Amino acid sequence: MGMAAADSEFHVLAVDDSLIDRKLVERLLKTSSFQVTTVDSGSKALEFLGWHEDDRSNSNETSVSPKNHQEVEVNLVITDYCMPGMTGYDLLKKMKESSSLRNIPVVIMSSENVPSRITRCLEEGAEEFFLKPMKLSDVNKLRPHMMKTKCKDDNNIIEKPEKQEKQESNKEEETTPQETDDVQLQTPPQSLQEQLNGNNNNKRKSIDDGLPPDRTRPRYNGLTVMSN
Amino acid sequence: MEVDQLQRNFLEYTNLLFREGFLDGQFSQLQLLQDESNPDFVFEVVSLFFEDSERLLNDLTIALDQQNVDFKKIDAHVHQLKGSSSSIGAQRVKNTCIAFRDVCLEQNAEGCLRCLQQVKQEYLLVKTKLEALLRVRVPHLFSLEQQIVAAGGAIPMLNDFC
Repeated sequence: MGMAAADSEFHVLAVDDSLIDRKLVERLLKTSSFQVTTVDSGSKALEFLGWHEDDRSNSNETSVSPKNHQEVEVNLVITDYCMPGMTGYDLLKKMKESSSLRNIPVVIMSSENVPSRITRCLEEGAEEFFLKPMKLSDVNKLRPHMMKTKCKDDNNIIEKPEKQEKQESNKEEETTPQETDDVQLQTPPQSLQEQLNGNNNNKRKSIDDGLPPDRTRPRYNGLTVMSN
Repeated sequence: MEVDQLQRNFLEYTNLLFREGFLDGQFSQLQLLQDESNPDFVFEVVSLFFEDSERLLNDLTIALDQQNVDFKKIDAHVHQLKGSSSSIGAQRVKNTCIAFRDVCLEQNAEGCLRCLQQVKQEYLLVKTKLEALLRVRVPHLFSLEQQIVAAGGAIPMLNDFC
């Protein structure tokens, strides 16, 4: 299983109409060694992602691979909620409706703490909802989401072979884990450990009322671990 | 030692700004993002904030001067100003913007004028203080930060406020 180096760079697309916030987000992300592209609107984001009008999940058109339409690989989209024209929510929705873009994790940022807004975004499939201004500690939460897409893109091979041991063939997190296909982790990094605690296969979990005022619980697709 | 004294001055002054509520923890976050590869980060962000704010305050003045005040537009401008002041840690400006938006909701033009006055005042205050800290107004004179670095020291961090 000759895998490419585990520290291959993740590419984040950041969307915000505020120049200051774009600068901040870019710096935050670069500090964590992510590659960053910033755009100032949802429509420019879709353009960058190679989105097409008729690119729906239920389309009958066959495509060779999900990467057909994408010029550049993007591992995560982080977007402001309040933007003129297309809001972050609209962008999220369009991405989830697109067969080529729906698997890219999306994170929403907002300066306003509105529980119904948070719920709506998470239900539509956003991975996280951050209150602005973002901090370094928020950026650290992004990596697990990006690692999921890396796993999928690289034909189910787990990103960090030196930390994990595959029992038999490995499986994508999205599919129902079966007993023979579980991955046994030795010393999982903190982010993976958090995933294990989440242990939930459903990306669109409904959110209960008791949301903490400033942060929502991140939802992870858990890797089921079964002992040998 | 010269460096020690400069560092003490810088720390003391920043401490003062924190104590008086002009700056909050977000400013510390900005400082954390500055390093050898991005030595002017704080300066750059603060400069952007000055440009942005002055434009918005100008737009607000014009908007409130109209016969028929467009409160939606006013709210949009204030929302932007609130956002950028929050992003750099200009706490008092941010808080004034929050109050401004409430008054805007009531569609009270006179109230809005008063709020605008307040925001302008707070903005000018924080601008003066940040300029002193970063010496942006007189770029050929080194800022306190640059003096410290030039003298061979490191910029002290304010971990209490992170």
